[in-house]
Amino acid sequence: MKPNATGIQKKKMQGYVGFSNYPNQVHRRSVKRGFNFTLMVVGESGIGKSTLINTLFDSKIFPDREETPPSAEPIKGVDVTSMSADIQENGVKLRLTVVDTPGFGDSINNEDAWQPILENIESRFDAYLAQENRVNRSKISDNRIDAVIYFIKPTGHCLRAIDIEFMKRLHTKVNLIPIVAKADTLTARELELFKAKIMADINYHGIQIFKPVSDEFDDPETVSDNREILSKIPFAVIGSEKLVERPDGTMVRGRRYPWGIIEVENEEHNDFIKLRQMLLRSHMEELKDSTDMVLYENYRTQKLLSMGHVQDNNVFREFNPLVLLEEERRAHEAKMQKMEAEMTAVFQQKVQEKESKLKLSEEELYARHKEMKTVLEKQRAELDDKKKRAEASVRPITPMEQHPTKGKKKNIFSGF
Amino acid sequence: MSAPANDSQDYVGFDTITQQMERKFLKRGFNFNVILVGESGMGKSTLVNSIFSSHLVDSQGRRTAQEVIRKTTEISPVTQTLEENGVRVRLTIIDTPGFGDQCNNEGCWVPVIKYIKDQHAAYLERELKPQRDRVINDTRVHACLYFLNPGSRGLRPLDVEVLKRLTEVTNVIPVIAKSDSMTVEERTAFKRRIKEELVFHRIAVYPYPSEEDCDEDRALNSSIRDLVPFAVVGSEEIIDVNGTPVRGRRHGWGVINIFDETHSDFVHLRNFMLRTHLSDLIEVTSQRHYEQFRTSQLRQIKELRAQQAAAAASGGIMGSMPQQVPPQVPAVHQPMA
Repeated sequence: MKPNATGIQKKKMQGYVGFSNYPNQVHRRSVKRGFNFTLMVVGESGIGKSTLINTLFDSKIFPDREETPPSAEPIKGVDVTSMSADIQENGVKLRLTVVDTPGFGDSINNEDAWQPILENIESRFDAYLAQENRVNRSKISDNRIDAVIYFIKPTGHCLRAIDIEFMKRLHTKVNLIPIVAKADTLTARELELFKAKIMADINYHGIQIFKPVSDEFDDPETVSDNREILSKIPFAVIGSEKLVERPDGTMVRGRRYPWGIIEVENEEHNDFIKLRQMLLRSHMEELKDSTDMVLYENYRTQKLLSMGHVQDNNVFREFNPLVLLEEERRAHEAKMQKMEAEMTAVFQQKVQEKESKLKLSEEELYARHKEMKTVLEKQRAELDDKKKRAEASVRPITPMEQHPTKGKKKNIFSGF
Repeated sequence: MSAPANDSQDYVGFDTITQQMERKFLKRGFNFNVILVGESGMGKSTLVNSIFSSHLVDSQGRRTAQEVIRKTTEISPVTQTLEENGVRVRLTIIDTPGFGDQCNNEGCWVPVIKYIKDQHAAYLERELKPQRDRVINDTRVHACLYFLNPGSRGLRPLDVEVLKRLTEVTNVIPVIAKSDSMTVEERTAFKRRIKEELVFHRIAVYPYPSEEDCDEDRALNSSIRDLVPFAVVGSEEIIDVNGTPVRGRRHGWGVINIFDETHSDFVHLRNFMLRTHLSDLIEVTSQRHYEQFRTSQLRQIKELRAQQAAAAASGGIMGSMPQQVPPQVPAVHQPMA
């Protein structure tokens, strides 16, 4: 077998080895250990949060709301409370924690309604971070929020200001699952239009909500399931803890109206089944994974950077001597080449300088030579001149000697 | 006991005044102004269009993501003339888009209260003119439909604040539109809870008990008061139910007929508003709310004049007359939040 680029060889086995049993071992272990899942519900009072949770898990997680007499004190601010329950199904233990947010959206001024909720989510991240940094990390309790179910009022129009504000503040910190509450208010056609408006608003504001995605490893059934779930987002649900009797005598969970019965588990009536499927049956692991790997990690990075930690990338280098040598050699070679290039450049530069200097002096010499030449020429011309004159003056002397001087021309010699 | 027959000589004939009034009324027509107060998406426009069986107002809700959320409550009145059996009504529906839609709804009721008071003020101004019109165009708000949120455990803080202020200036009729999200038990419990809270917060909704009522009226009023708040369902669609056209809503699990008394209180609300208490609404607006407003305004003017007279007298400026305050009522009227 040829080694591929990374050096890992693909080998084919000749018989059954048995490591394919590993997922089963993991499964048995986790079943023994049990799981935990933390859900948060956000929505205004009376929109159906408690009922939906009780319906989803088919147990009374939230007790009935007690009747308090009317009081002059309006609800102040948002409270964050949590309820835990250990439920078991087919030998699998689940510690379910549901975090409620009573008071959200109920005051006159709801500008900061999202703040206590965000603080709660971040404090859970902080608690986990602190546990991770402990010396003894054998027992880490994870109470980070795995998903937030946000209840949208069935107005039929686009999202309200408080919906958009909340989702924009929280979508990078938690898995957001918006749902249309009290779906029995809207007809099928109205619901279709409403869902389209909600998604348009969500996309317009760049809000990231949790969506099931299929990758190439999934089998076709999962892919089609995911596509079906995706087509119904946001889910329009109703909840009910009561059993009602249908005309044919069967008892179902639902709501009885004078004009008919809406059934919780009827896919044609509402999307409860899809929500339950996504939340519990198919994507619970993905939600937990996303919380752990993506959302928590992002939070941790931000937090540590803001505290002044600097990333030291040297820790990521592979410790392999051959590779190290190879790297060193390459580095050395590169250095040599660089030095060579530098020296060549310097040499070139010096040569050029010298050349220009010599050229300059050559020119100077040439100029001087020329100058001298002209001077010499001048001198020669002068001398020639003088010579001619001298020759001219010598000729008249010769005739004077042949004839005695007639005249009283005294010359120096006749004085004697 | 025994009234003289119409043809007998003892018949005086003043009982025809009702027909005379009717004729005059038919000629003149009348004004009816209703204001709708509630958050976006509560079903205000649909309900009004259902009550008057015609498309009077368009929903002002946000339809596309690009539309900006309104920052304040707007007041948008729409006037139309409806006619039925020769009787003409100038119907004005005042919608309040933006009410309760922001994150911070402090003061979102101020434009509403101001509008209502402005109408009273305008009427008062016209009344105080030396030369009055024969018939003053009545723009005063005769009824306010206040839309409650179905599912809440009673009145929300915003509801309490707004209702306290609204009931001081106009007739308030609380309704729950989109009540098809509540089962019959939930509806009953909710109504009971609302009535408790209205009593607790001393919010007086229409109809008001009055000593003038005869037994019949009292019985009718108490039956109306039992129904408050009206749990209604509105619809502009006519759907086909086994061959008969029905104004209602079709769900996968059943069909709602808004005229069915077991399905919603729509019929009761419509009858109450239009068939039995219409003239009472107009009268009570004039006699109770307008009179209250007028009294407080005139008292304010009197006080202002007294203050100015005192100031002028104590100031002692020569030759200055005490300021004549013309009955500029709107100037005195301040919108009180």
